[in-house]
Amino acid sequence: MADLIYSRDVYGKTLAALGRRHRDIVVFDADLSGSTRTSFFAREFPERFFNFGVAEQNMFAAAAGMASCGKVVFVSTFAMFATTRALDQVRNSICFDNFNVKIVATHAGITVGEDGASHQALEDVAFFRALPNMKIIVPACPNETAEVIEEIYSVPGPVYVRLGRSKTEILDRKYKFSLGKGFILRPGKDVAVVACGIMVKPALDAAEELAKKGINVYVVNMPTINPLDKDLLVSLSRKVKGFVTCEEHSIIGGLGSAVAEAVSEASPCLVKRVGVRCQFGQSGSPAELLEKYKLNSHAIVDSVHQILDEKNSP
Amino acid sequence: MPNSSAEIEYLENKARIIRHLIVKMIAHAGSGHPGGSLSIADIIACLYFKVLRHNPKKLNWEDRDRFHLSKGHACPAWYAALAEAGYFPKDKLLTLRQLGSILQGHPDRCTPGVDVASGSLGQGLSVALGMALAGKLDKKAYRVYCIIGDGELQEGNIWEAAMAASHYKLDNLCAVVDYNNFQIDGKVSEVMDVSPLKEKWLAFGWNVLQIGGHSMEDICNAFEKAKEIKNKPTVIIAKTTKGKGVSFMENVVDFHGRAPKGREIEQALEETDISDLEG
Ligand SMILES: Cc1ncc(C[n+]2csc(CCOP(=O)(O)OP(=O)(O)O)c2C)c(N)n1
Repeated sequence: MADLIYSRDVYGKTLAALGRRHRDIVVFDADLSGSTRTSFFAREFPERFFNFGVAEQNMFAAAAGMASCGKVVFVSTFAMFATTRALDQVRNSICFDNFNVKIVATHAGITVGEDGASHQALEDVAFFRALPNMKIIVPACPNETAEVIEEIYSVPGPVYVRLGRSKTEILDRKYKFSLGKGFILRPGKDVAVVACGIMVKPALDAAEELAKKGINVYVVNMPTINPLDKDLLVSLSRKVKGFVTCEEHSIIGGLGSAVAEAVSEASPCLVKRVGVRCQFGQSGSPAELLEKYKLNSHAIVDSVHQILDEKNSP
Repeated sequence: MPNSSAEIEYLENKARIIRHLIVKMIAHAGSGHPGGSLSIADIIACLYFKVLRHNPKKLNWEDRDRFHLSKGHACPAWYAALAEAGYFPKDKLLTLRQLGSILQGHPDRCTPGVDVASGSLGQGLSVALGMALAGKLDKKAYRVYCIIGDGELQEGNIWEAAMAASHYKLDNLCAVVDYNNFQIDGKVSEVMDVSPLKEKWLAFGWNVLQIGGHSMEDICNAFEKAKEIKNKPTVIIAKTTKGKGVSFMENVVDFHGRAPKGREIEQALEETDISDLEG
């Protein structure tokens, strides 16, 4: 079994390292710095770290003011509070002004686990995807997280990075993250499986299982949801019978929606979405919840079979 | 330093010009918010023509004092002051609210002199707080000024910002409450009372000054005093009259968000006439 690592640990360390190189980085948190790991930066650069207490609206609007004075502001809290509590502030004070605010939220998705529905952000990508100027990135593993955090420092304007709570495996990757690019992890021919975040691993497992039955699927890691790599999707759509999207998020408004929108406009083909079916989560262990909400390789295999069945029936 | 009567008169005349321009531009646009714009005309005149260290020719001058209008709907007052100060030609004022204009219905960074957008109430004091924190961090001497509405004080976000500003001892931050006691649905005291204001701000750790918001002398003195206070932010609670300067708009709820029409326009222009100042 491969080593398991917290992506938020990687975020904290990378941010502190960036802070050593770039004096214009300022970090905000709202009483969750221990969990989000902005505490690493805070320890090293107390004068450039501001704890806003449990007051997210103030924090996000203040980030706009700070950014207007030339700073690159990293703002962290849980994904739930970054997207819902302060959505107006993010829209009107940050996105509208296209300010250099990097929102790195942790504890996204169902794998928050035992804390239950109030803390499981399953709609965050949907909310932010509708905002002009907002870039959205869902890293697939700890190493990719480090590359993402490095890169977004120099990406102009607002960026949202979605991290989970749990430890995950380091994936064997042969590319370096680049904003707006999807990466083919495994070539295939019948179906293209497009995944992001922690669903990339089960997508690879599903491909392995399908290969044993002679079904060859592409596996694409799509860490950037906005701007989406439409070119890659359109070129794949001409080669395959359909797409399966996989995300630890509602099937409404996230990666699945983005892929469906992109291919239906350019080169229509079947898109099956693996994700949470517009419902709230509940308490449970992350592993139990992934099973319960069908966020696993079986669901992906089933969806691939569905596409092939539908396409092969007369 | 006492203010000379000549300076007071100069500033009062700037306020008259701003009122005149507010009426003219809203009348021409056919929509907008005259009430809350007129109530801050004196405060904004004092800021732009005495208090602020700024340079209309150097928009990104790092050491400039910052101004943010949190009650963004009152932007005609801001636009008038910016034009009068030379940020853009005055004829642009008549493009207010038109397609493609640099003068949008609510503040937008496409206007020279506007650093951060506003319009959604309750966020502006936080924006100003962020600017003030940046000033402290960079050891800059600039000050940050922010005008908020009394109805706007009903937003919880304001009090989050109030708490944080005193926590961070931001003596470079000065807020002005435009206490005109009106909002859209009626009197602030009847819709959702925000009083007692002095006690609330004191409890949040601010230095509090109470003034008449149409007395140029009071306004000048308050901004001077605020500069001297160390280790805490200052709020100036300015008692004002919504619609000030146009008799039929004063304390009339309807003129929160409607333009004058027909004969109203003539009368409003007459009452804010500045022909004695021209030529
Ligand atoms: C968050 C938000 N809610 C509602 C509005 C609509 N709105 C515009 S002005 C206003 C009343 C504001 O009252 P006040 O702050 O007292 O301003 P003034 O009376 O001085 O114009 C409201 C509710 C808004 N712009 N933003």
